[in-house]
Amino acid sequence: MALKMVKGSIDRMFDKNLQDLVRGIRNHKEDEAKYISQCIDEIKQELKQDNIAVKANAVCKLTYLQMLGYDISWAAFNIIEVMSASKFTFKRIGYLAASQCFHEGTDVIMLTTNQIRKDLSSPSQYDTGVALTGLSCFVTPDLARDLANDIMTLMSHTKPYIRKKAVLIMYKVFLKYPESLRPAFPRLKEKLEDPDPGVQSAAVNVICELARRNPKNYLSLAPLFFKLMTSSTNNWVLIKIIKLFGALTPLEPRLGKKLIEPLTNLIHSTSAMSLLYECVNTVIAVLISLSSGMPNHSASIQLCVQKLRILIEDSDQNLKYLGLLAMSKILKTHPKSVQSHKDLILQCLDDKDESIRLRALDLLYGMVSKKNLMEIVKKLMTHVDKAEGTTYRDELLTKIIDICSQSNYQYITNFEWYISILVELTRLEGTRHGHLIAAQMLDVAIRVKAIRRFAVSQMSSLLDSAHLVTSSTQRNGICEVLYAAAWICGEFSEHLQEPHQTLEAMLRPKVTTLPGHIQAVYVQNVVKLYASILQQQEQAAEAEAAQEVTQLMVERLPQFVQSADLEVQERASCILQLVKHVQKLQAKGVPVAEEVSALFAGELNPVAPKAQKKVPVPEGLDLDAWINEPPSDSESEDEKPKAIFHDEEQRHVRHRQPEVDEEELARRREARKLEQANNPFYIKSSPSPQKRYQDAPGVEHIPVVQIDLSVPLKVPGMPMSDQYVKLEEERRHRQRLEKDKKKRKKKEKEKKGEDLDFWLSTTPPPATTVPAPSTEEIGVHAVTTPKDECEGSKREEPEDEDDDVEHDQERKSSRHKKKKHKKEKEERSKDKKKTKKKQSEREEATAVEPVENGAAEEEPIPPMSSYCLLAENSYIKMTYDIQASLQKDSQVTVSIILENQSSSFLKNMELNVLDSLNTKMARPEGSSVHDGVPVPFQLPPGVSNEAQFVFTIQSIVMAQKLKGTLSFIAKDDNGATHEKLDFRLLFSCSSYLITTPCYSDAFAKLLESGDLCMNSIKVDGTSMSFHNLLAKICFHHHFSVVERVDSCASMYSRSIQGHHVCLLVKKGENSVSVDGKCSDATLLSSLLEEMKATLAQC
Amino acid sequence: MQFMLLFSRQGKLRLQKWYVPLSDKEKKKITRELVQTVLARKPKMCSFLEWRDLKIVYKRYASLYFCCAIEDQDNELITLEIIHRYVELLDKYFGSVCELDIIFNFEKAYFILDEFLLGGEVQETSKKNVLKAIEQADLLQEKTENIYHSKHFHWCKKAY
Repeated sequence: MALKMVKGSIDRMFDKNLQDLVRGIRNHKEDEAKYISQCIDEIKQELKQDNIAVKANAVCKLTYLQMLGYDISWAAFNIIEVMSASKFTFKRIGYLAASQCFHEGTDVIMLTTNQIRKDLSSPSQYDTGVALTGLSCFVTPDLARDLANDIMTLMSHTKPYIRKKAVLIMYKVFLKYPESLRPAFPRLKEKLEDPDPGVQSAAVNVICELARRNPKNYLSLAPLFFKLMTSSTNNWVLIKIIKLFGALTPLEPRLGKKLIEPLTNLIHSTSAMSLLYECVNTVIAVLISLSSGMPNHSASIQLCVQKLRILIEDSDQNLKYLGLLAMSKILKTHPKSVQSHKDLILQCLDDKDESIRLRALDLLYGMVSKKNLMEIVKKLMTHVDKAEGTTYRDELLTKIIDICSQSNYQYITNFEWYISILVELTRLEGTRHGHLIAAQMLDVAIRVKAIRRFAVSQMSSLLDSAHLVTSSTQRNGICEVLYAAAWICGEFSEHLQEPHQTLEAMLRPKVTTLPGHIQAVYVQNVVKLYASILQQQEQAAEAEAAQEVTQLMVERLPQFVQSADLEVQERASCILQLVKHVQKLQAKGVPVAEEVSALFAGELNPVAPKAQKKVPVPEGLDLDAWINEPPSDSESEDEKPKAIFHDEEQRHVRHRQPEVDEEELARRREARKLEQANNPFYIKSSPSPQKRYQDAPGVEHIPVVQIDLSVPLKVPGMPMSDQYVKLEEERRHRQRLEKDKKKRKKKEKEKKGEDLDFWLSTTPPPATTVPAPSTEEIGVHAVTTPKDECEGSKREEPEDEDDDVEHDQERKSSRHKKKKHKKEKEERSKDKKKTKKKQSEREEATAVEPVENGAAEEEPIPPMSSYCLLAENSYIKMTYDIQASLQKDSQVTVSIILENQSSSFLKNMELNVLDSLNTKMARPEGSSVHDGVPVPFQLPPGVSNEAQFVFTIQSIVMAQKLKGTLSFIAKDDNGATHEKLDFRLLFSCSSYLITTPCYSDAFAKLLESGDLCMNSIKVDGTSMSFHNLLAKICFHHHFSVVERVDSCASMYSRSIQGHHVCLLVKKGENSVSVDGKCSDATLLSSLLEEMKATLAQC
Repeated sequence: MQFMLLFSRQGKLRLQKWYVPLSDKEKKKITRELVQTVLARKPKMCSFLEWRDLKIVYKRYASLYFCCAIEDQDNELITLEIIHRYVELLDKYFGSVCELDIIFNFEKAYFILDEFLLGGEVQETSKKNVLKAIEQADLLQEKTENIYHSKHFHWCKKAY
């Protein structure tokens, strides 16, 4: 035995350790595979030894080889051996190997159960830790089931190191063994309030992940998370919580309303980009889920857009990308807000990063309007020219077409311009999207009658230069446009300037190199062209010329007859015979033009989608009557929709059918109606009676889609799309003048110049862009924000002069008023210049207001803030909010936002209050009750920051007021002065309440218990809606609605010292009555007094 | 997070951590595909790309690419933060880390990662705590095993 040991350790001296292996592999670059297979053989030998150190070394090497892509599953059993070593060194390696290569299919994994259990309960926390870490990678349903209890126990381990890991791994256990969730959940919930921040954040992580999979079950935790969100300063945790709320809000819109404010606060205050991005994303998600039937939160949207603009303007490519990504989400619901940043997005098209350019392209789609379409497309066209790489260029091409053709060409004001753009696009090298361009050309030429002449002239020159398009094989895709060109020239040949020349172009020998389907169209349209030429020449009595044309046809057509394409061949030989016949007739001097043209007589009319409705139903035809009785119910339903397409045919059939006698028909109809009425699956038709025309049906009653064109149609020469931009601008200018003359109040808010003015006045200077997040920013209590940046974003918010808006918004709205005033002035002066007619101020105001206000007027729930003004002087402004916490029954945290309003630098700030017997400020240890508490930051000019102070309270049944002073040193160029600001800090009873949800049955029990005192108040003269009233009580007094029936609601809340407070709120005509029950009479009366004050403002 | 990969500019895998169960074949396929895609991107391009139904967040540190796959709703910026935090941890532990540190002490790199992330979630946001846990675990190891992060490999750094 001893000899064996010695032999083992001697062998070991010659073993390769991991370093040797790595070095060896690096030295054998040429025959790596051979070297490694040699090493694996050595490892196999090592694994056969009894020495655990040798085995561990071998397993360590295997783990490295596994990463290089070698299969080591054969060593699974050896890995388990190393895992069960008693020494931590080896155990660690064993678990690492297991976590890298074990998976659900590993059969020996069940052997590990007992070993893992043993390690989990090991006295050494690192053994336990290593086992937990390993398990997180290879947990199987069996392991999860067997070990769930052990891990659950570890969630209450004394060491936070273990608790943290146990909580996190529970998520994996839940996934593998969902039954464990129910018993473990209460404990998991407890961990949300664990004293160790690491454990707490682990619990938040797990619950957030669970909630993302199934949000419904976690709605009840919303208040708890809300509290965590408003109190936590750890950005990692905040991001998770905010994400969780993003998942919850679609299920509970009220939550969304509550979230908007804290989220916007965070957006304002945070300097961590990741948190900002998360908030913006969640606000967007919330607003999208609220968009139905909710007041528009244009202020929040503006804020988001504003912040995203800062991201996009940043030099960091990553922020740019994410900013654009988030913008595209806003675009779907609030296109207007995004549109004002067109300049920026266009700028991104020039970015050197293709992924950013593609994101910007996505956004463009939603940003065009009639006014800016030309400009945007022009910009895109320059990009098309510059773009290297066909993929990006093709992307641009499709985007241009998408943008222009969206919603039925809604934004195109000048189709000539569009045709020119399409023609320009045909000059692209090597695009795959010829068919797209062709389809657009056909569509526009057919539907826009007024454009046909122009289109035809363009197409004929395209046909003329067809050799350019087809010259290189690379341009194959683009030759599709010739299909469209040939068809348009043929169909609308009457508009051709020089039909003869076009005919020749279409008959060139080169044409036969085109794809078959295009040649076929050529052949067909050559005849149309021929027909119209014949007609012209016969009318002009130029018989000779006509014969020449025929001769040309006879000469050239045979080249198509020889085509390998069947379609081309068939058409060509048919037509050749026809033309030969015509030639004979011409030789006899018979006029033929009339007859040839008759082949293609009739106009192709575009038909509106709803046109069918307007066709009158012939007398005596009953569309409701069955032609044949339906075979069965289910089938009849299936066939119903199809009938729409077969209408025409059926009608013919009906006429020829032998008449069924009236009675029989009526009987059947009744029966069918009855049947339909009883059939729940039958969708009843709306009872609108069909319109009937008095006169006979005719083509003239089919409405033809006419797209109104008020543009000059004749533009000489080959078009360049640029010129249209100028034309468009002139036209718009004219229109504007006209409009003013007519005193039309229609707003022109997208007027370019004005737009820019508005934008300039509302955007912060680019210099204030926020630097990229540094690693330390996250997790640090950073809430400082440069003031101008905040303001920039605030200013964009539309006005809402609600009485209720918090003080700092008041400032803002006054600023708004100024701005508005200024804008009015501008508008007025402009108007005077243009029209020299005075308009009353009122009229002007109405003309301008809707632009800024949007739909904000109807906002049912005004934004609420829990921060209220504490004190203010010329240096500093203090606003505060009191937060209570369930864990601490005699403590509240007062958060004070200090805002430097001066141009001085404020430092050495110290806050002091005069303690009362009941309420005391928590001071650092060792300081006397008269000492102030220093504010942990300084305030540069224009900056605001939040400081928190803890107060202890004995009794919470009465409101308290504390006198206090903030002292600070204000330093500016002239030196430093010592300043003071006195304040009175009010602790209302409501601030001791904590929003706690309560189920109606528990609520009923509480009321029945009879331990509660009663009191009530009544407030008259409230005009606010009941819904808003409740929202106010919930927000300001921390209640939650238990049940609501019509204009009556029961509400519940709980104090930090465990008092239950129940309310019954009733709304009468012009009054509100509140009946309260509470376990403490004094508390109840204080609360009701406070509520009275709130309600009196409603 | 679904998985994290570390690979060199030459496309050699240096570390892989999978938080979702996948077969070896699948893992290899994903790795190959991602390494190619990421290496093909130009240096000035942004760090995010959409890949299958996942989002890939990557960042290059010297010759090493750190590459994470996250789900649709996850935050890209915080993922970058995680990568950076991990690099900082490696840096603190090895004392200005280089690729060779990770090659030769790959198991240490794993141990650090395991203390930082667990099951794809951040388990410890404090750098100090992570390093403390690692150091104490290292103390438990025998002294002979502890030669790894001595100044032993300075020649490697120079060669590199």
